[in-house]
Amino acid sequence: MTALPASVDATADLLRAGSYVADRSLATVLYLALKLGRPLFLEGEAGVGKTEIAKVLAKTLGRRLVRLQCYEGLDVAAAVYEWNYARQMLEIRLGEASGDRDRAALGEDLFSDRFLIRRPILQALEPDVAGPPVLLIDELDRTDEPFEAYLLEILSDFQVTIPEIGTIAAAHPPIVILTSNRTREIHDALKRRCFYHWVDYPDFARELAILTARLPQVPESLSRQVVAFVQALRGLDLFKAPGVAESLDWASTLVELDQIELSAGAVDDTLGILLKYQDDIARIQGDEAARLLMQVKADVSARTAGE
Amino acid sequence: MTGSLAANVVAFTRTLRAAGLPVGPQKALRALEAVEAVGLDRRDDFYWALHATLTDRHDQHEIFDQAFHLFWRNPELLKKAMGLMLPAMRAELGKDGPELSRRLQDTLAKPPPPDLDAREQKKQEIQIDGRLVFSAEEILRAKDFEQMTTAELAEARRIIAGMRLARLALPTRRFRPSPRGARIDLRRSLRETARAGGGDVIELARATRRVRPPPIVVLCDISGSMGQYARLLLRFLYALTNDRDRVHVFLFGTRLTNVTRALKRRDVDEAVARVGQEAPDWDGGTRIGQCLAAFNKRWSRRVLGQGALVLLITDGLDRDAGAGLEDEMDRLRRSCRRLIWLNPLLRWEGYEPKAKGAAAMISCVDEHRPVHNLNSLSALAAALGDSGGPRR
Repeated sequence: MTALPASVDATADLLRAGSYVADRSLATVLYLALKLGRPLFLEGEAGVGKTEIAKVLAKTLGRRLVRLQCYEGLDVAAAVYEWNYARQMLEIRLGEASGDRDRAALGEDLFSDRFLIRRPILQALEPDVAGPPVLLIDELDRTDEPFEAYLLEILSDFQVTIPEIGTIAAAHPPIVILTSNRTREIHDALKRRCFYHWVDYPDFARELAILTARLPQVPESLSRQVVAFVQALRGLDLFKAPGVAESLDWASTLVELDQIELSAGAVDDTLGILLKYQDDIARIQGDEAARLLMQVKADVSARTAGE
Repeated sequence: MTGSLAANVVAFTRTLRAAGLPVGPQKALRALEAVEAVGLDRRDDFYWALHATLTDRHDQHEIFDQAFHLFWRNPELLKKAMGLMLPAMRAELGKDGPELSRRLQDTLAKPPPPDLDAREQKKQEIQIDGRLVFSAEEILRAKDFEQMTTAELAEARRIIAGMRLARLALPTRRFRPSPRGARIDLRRSLRETARAGGGDVIELARATRRVRPPPIVVLCDISGSMGQYARLLLRFLYALTNDRDRVHVFLFGTRLTNVTRALKRRDVDEAVARVGQEAPDWDGGTRIGQCLAAFNKRWSRRVLGQGALVLLITDGLDRDAGAGLEDEMDRLRRSCRRLIWLNPLLRWEGYEPKAKGAAAMISCVDEHRPVHNLNSLSALAAALGDSGGPRR
């Protein structure tokens, strides 16, 4: 079991070991969350690497990753625990058939541990040999307010109450990371229990570092052009700007297509990887893409010359 | 931690609170705890530790950033500035490079809030009208808002405040116990069986879907041509916002303003005054296309989830002559459950949306309703309960 990082620098190094290039602000918040044992609430546009933080953290710390994907109508039965009804009924039937068990005992037995199905949150509260797991509650904005309210209890006390059994509390609280794409505002009461961080698009240098760390097979000159092009796109007034995930996809696609540098044709053909709205594609494809490409190439050569 | 640092952190939280950030004592404690954990070796660690504990929305970043740099350079300076607001102090604050945000500035020098109702009263000539009897209310209900006197307007406000809004209940994905529900609740069935001592017969408990009103998003035009309508509708919107959860209200003239939080005040007059303070473009021109584009880009993905109903209140008179309007209307229509256009100009018989903006809008809306008097408003309150067909 890897120990928790002891400083902000150590946290940044830890993430780097998992090929996640974090900026100082993220490393600071993550360090605080780990040190003070409080959940980390990450908000940001789609594809900026929010979910990835939890995955990398679990990998580098050698902890188990427990993931709860949120959706509308998510309830306790799907998120925390459920009874195994089929086995319970079978048990009743068997009890009746053999006829040698008294009914009170059967009733008690029906709600014992062996009929309990553990869902992600309950799993995360259980002790683990590798240390407390990383609990990722992904896209919290997709669920509805009742579930959010339920989370309040769990995030402040790290315990779950099952009426038939009693309260199950975590001996060591899990590392909790919540993410949201902000398709709706999360209630202040929940945010108050967490450290809040807005994950922004990276700047040129950091995005280049991410690309190099994640896709070492991409030639550096191509990486530079890809990053410069994506950064230029983000500067335009698009409906949905491309995230880091899109840059990574795009770079690996270009390599698959045997491109060693950006060309107008290749950009037009693969624009669908970067932009996901037809209006945006229609606006950029053709002349605008060619113009951006010219500008990007000039920029990159100026930048390289300057280094 | 040294006493003076703790005192300064607390003083900083008070500054943030004065600038409108919701920072309570609990957050202050958290901040102290966090500062203790990161230490004081690096200024940026200190900055982000405070940032993580004292902000919880992305839009608070600017205010925090400016307050931080002002405060931690010289807390005294800020305190003095807040107390005195001497012009010289302003100049010194102004030297800080980028312009201070309006909210922080407003905190430093509180300008008197513009009072909408007062403005409206100034414009009106004072006329005394008859007593309020049943028939008088009948007449009032059919009277155009624009032609009402001050006294009638006051009465209309009272009626609006008491309006009951119909609730459209849509099925959600959650269930509740119900004797004749379609779904069998296995958990409850077995628990009750066990409680009864594991009987020979399992009595099936049933459940049915819970229902819930969909979110409502209101986009209300406050330009000059909307005049009196917008002011009275604001009272209607107040009633709507405080009647149920998940209502978002935006005002637009030349720019888009989210006034949802301002409307959630306990007192209607305070709420309306607050809204007047927040929306700077009352009685100006209209840029419908641009404002809708801003809404679509910045807000639609945040407030139109879960099948929202959109009320667009405007007369469709656009300063930009409908430029880009149709595309934005189309996008808006595609991202909500139902789009209703409330148009005060529909009071004229034989009104046809001929203005370029209006013509572009009419093709994209699901419903086109009048809002010019109390009767039409009551009809709208009732129509909010109409699902208008399947979800798109």
